Amino acid sequence: MTKNNNGLILEVNNLVVRYETMDGIVRAVNGIDLKLGYKRTLGLVGETGAGKTTTALALLRLVPDPPGIVECEKLEIDGENILTFDSDKLDQIRGKDISMIFQDPMTALNPVYTVGEQIAESIELHEHVSKTEALKRAGDMLELVGIPRSRANDYPHQFSGGMKQRVVIAIALACNPQLLLADEPTTALDVTIQAQVLELMHELKEKYNTSMIMITHDLGIVAEICDEVAVMYAGRIVEEGTLEKVFNHTKHPYTEGLFNSLPNVKDRKAKLKPIKGLMPDPMDLPPGCAFAPRCDYATEACTQKVPTLTSIDEAHRVACIRYDEPDFHIERRILS
Amino acid sequence: MSDPILEVRNLKKYFKTSRGMLHAVDDISFTIERGKTLGLVGESGCGKSTTGRAILRLIEPTSGEVIFEGVDICKLSGEQMRKKRKDMQIIFQDPFSSLDPKKTVNQIIAEPIRENRIIRDKHKREDRVLELMETVGLAERLINTYPHELDGGRRQRIGIARALAMEPKIIICDEPVSALDVSIQAQILNLLKELQESMGLTYIFITHDLAAVNHFSDDITVMYLGKIVEKAPVEDLFTNPIHPYTRALLSAIPVPDLSEKRRRISLKGEITSPVNLPDECRFAPRCYECIDRCRQGIPPLVEVAPNHFVSCFVHS
Amino acid sequence: MTTYTQVQKQQRATKRYKKRSSFEEIWRQLRRNKGAILGMILVAVIVIIALISPLIYDYQKDIAGQNIKQRLQKPSAEHWFGTDELGRDIFARVLYGARYSLAVGVVAVLVALVIGVTLGASAGYIGGTFENIVMRVTDIFLAIPSVLMAIAVVSALGKSTLNLMLAVGLASTAPFVRVVRASVLVVKDEEYIEAARAIGMRPWKIILVHILPNCVSQIIVQATLRVASAIISAAQLSFLGLGVPAPAPEWGSMLSSGRQYIRDHSYMTLFPGLAIMVTVLSLNLFGDGLRDALDPKLKR
Repeated sequence: MTKNNNGLILEVNNLVVRYETMDGIVRAVNGIDLKLGYKRTLGLVGETGAGKTTTALALLRLVPDPPGIVECEKLEIDGENILTFDSDKLDQIRGKDISMIFQDPMTALNPVYTVGEQIAESIELHEHVSKTEALKRAGDMLELVGIPRSRANDYPHQFSGGMKQRVVIAIALACNPQLLLADEPTTALDVTIQAQVLELMHELKEKYNTSMIMITHDLGIVAEICDEVAVMYAGRIVEEGTLEKVFNHTKHPYTEGLFNSLPNVKDRKAKLKPIKGLMPDPMDLPPGCAFAPRCDYATEACTQKVPTLTSIDEAHRVACIRYDEPDFHIERRILS
Repeated sequence: MSDPILEVRNLKKYFKTSRGMLHAVDDISFTIERGKTLGLVGESGCGKSTTGRAILRLIEPTSGEVIFEGVDICKLSGEQMRKKRKDMQIIFQDPFSSLDPKKTVNQIIAEPIRENRIIRDKHKREDRVLELMETVGLAERLINTYPHELDGGRRQRIGIARALAMEPKIIICDEPVSALDVSIQAQILNLLKELQESMGLTYIFITHDLAAVNHFSDDITVMYLGKIVEKAPVEDLFTNPIHPYTRALLSAIPVPDLSEKRRRISLKGEITSPVNLPDECRFAPRCYECIDRCRQGIPPLVEVAPNHFVSCFVHS
Repeated sequence: MTTYTQVQKQQRATKRYKKRSSFEEIWRQLRRNKGAILGMILVAVIVIIALISPLIYDYQKDIAGQNIKQRLQKPSAEHWFGTDELGRDIFARVLYGARYSLAVGVVAVLVALVIGVTLGASAGYIGGTFENIVMRVTDIFLAIPSVLMAIAVVSALGKSTLNLMLAVGLASTAPFVRVVRASVLVVKDEEYIEAARAIGMRPWKIILVHILPNCVSQIIVQATLRVASAIISAAQLSFLGLGVPAPAPEWGSMLSSGRQYIRDHSYMTLFPGLAIMVTVLSLNLFGDGLRDALDPKLKR
């Protein structure tokens, strides 16, 4: 790598996305920073409305405008500032350097083209090869994701859900992107199929040295394939760090709440400890820490000022003003 | 001590399709004790939802018996069945499509009470609605809101209140939390558990989420392609799963725990089409332990340990 | 937390929780559509004209009364739209004619609505053989041009205003059956229908209480647009002499009688023609606007 990118595939500073609608301003993403090294996988965790998908769309510069407004201090992919790119140049990198896997494989494929053609389309577009060459490479991609080459001439409706998601992965990986954004890629699938797809993604990532951002609400999936974790709540990152730090040395009350509300396979008698209350309305975020109204540890000070993401050590950061108070500690249920 | 509230015997539901007979539910039998929870587990297309609806006769079963408190409800006339519905209710998966968008919270919860003429007086009915709302943890001020103004968790609470309105004895929960966020899931699961304890309810808990069912159920029935493959008390099933499918299913759950590195059993292929099935073990095409015998007939459900039933030639 | 409980207490004190209607939402959507607003205003004006015209004019004297001395006069300050071959004021007759066109349109659509909704909803809900029979008969009706149908009905029943309404109504029933069945099929699969069955609700009540209210927007849109085409059908029949009997100032029959004089006295056909056009156009504008405002896909 000759580019000056500090060994990072992705660097984002202070990303803000809001949607200005007739009813008011929806504050979807409120200033997040992301850094991702080569070959690393970041798990972006959060519930509905946390701003995960909007973040991913903003990285691809695909937030619909209007009503979406994106502000960002720095957005560099592989050392290139894509904020300055015009739409032609963006089209060149989308699908080639950075590509996305969407949640619903049923709607991500075009029903009137064969899967082979759909994979080939991306290759043809970005690698400027002939149609026959592209189709041949599409066949290779299908085999890579575990579908026989002979099925390249089939249409999407002839595939089951899990197979379709494999095709979507094949399209996303066709041009060997450096960064893959996967938005809940297995949520629509059955457990046994999910296991197959996750395994496949893991293998391919290793094989092609791809960096990945895995958007999910499932902490189990994060534990399985991510190296780093960022937990999002109401458009902000509340805790981030390596997998080990966040999972075994949880610091933020929201992360704690997420863990404690999961049913435990090992201990069935344990009572679930849900997080009280509901996600705040992104049109009307509470002042101070957005989690404060639902937090058992919140004090008066929490409602005054938005906590900044502070480093605990070099591999762990948390946005909570109480984390270093001596009498403050999280009651994380032990899973094993 | 055994007090079965519901017994399902040889329940079958076939659908006619253009390609042949679809065996959605294929000869299943089980019993539920009063006040207990039966988990009905399986992946999409295994027939678990069809089973739930056939028990309530929301779908007419092709054949078989559903014996509720000693009465085979499949033999009841329309009018008799309507009366029985008071005792058997259902909570749906999708909190968005299970509530009529044109009705207020009040109208939705009051509907079963009004329809069955339990409380005729309008004001008393509203009092009862408020009482039910309190039971399921809905704020009183929401009484005249419309479902679309509320979030998934609250909508699911409305669905639960509606099911509770007639004080049923058994409730079929069809994936009641799978459409909800993790933190809300726990709220609803806890609520269902509390209601069971305070009202002595019996649940059939239909789900694909083994972790939730483990937390919730007393007995578990695992289904695959319309058949029961394994049936056992919950501790047994989790500590000693026998059927190859159950083991694969258990190993496929991603666990948010770094200390545990499990060996995953990965299954080949996907669930086959339930139309015109050959006369062999349903799981044979994907099974990693398949022997010749499995291809020659359907394995019977055999008791391998006390109360632990398995349908597999290899393991019985 | 204190603020929240305070608010709750306050609300409990007032106790009356307001019901919010979806009407405001529809109105908000509709207001943005200029064509729909124009259509709505015109429809309102036409309805008002229809309602007050008997107060302004005396039917026997101003509308039906002949005045041969003044026949075939060009538009002037005295007769804004001129006079016809019998000396009647065309302006008065056009205004008064709104009564006939609207009445025929509305009653015909009501007839179509009642039959169409009943058949469409039960076909959609019951399904099976019943649905097949209803829908095939509907297809047959759709294959016959609606004017031809109406002519057949009027010929069979005899010439009168009521029969005209019935004929036009029957002729526009088939599209209603289709629209209603299609929307019932969508709503029928929703889980709240299953929930209603699970609490022991009877089928006809489920249709009435849960299914139809959720199809009502499509039905309203269809009805608005159908009033427009019913007005055209009625005018066509009257033009052919099968509609409202003379001397009633029906726009279609005015067109018909003006036809002989079209070369020298084109205003006799122009104004009734314009009246039909404006009425139909404004109903269509309004109906299209309603469709957009009620379409759930356009809402967030």
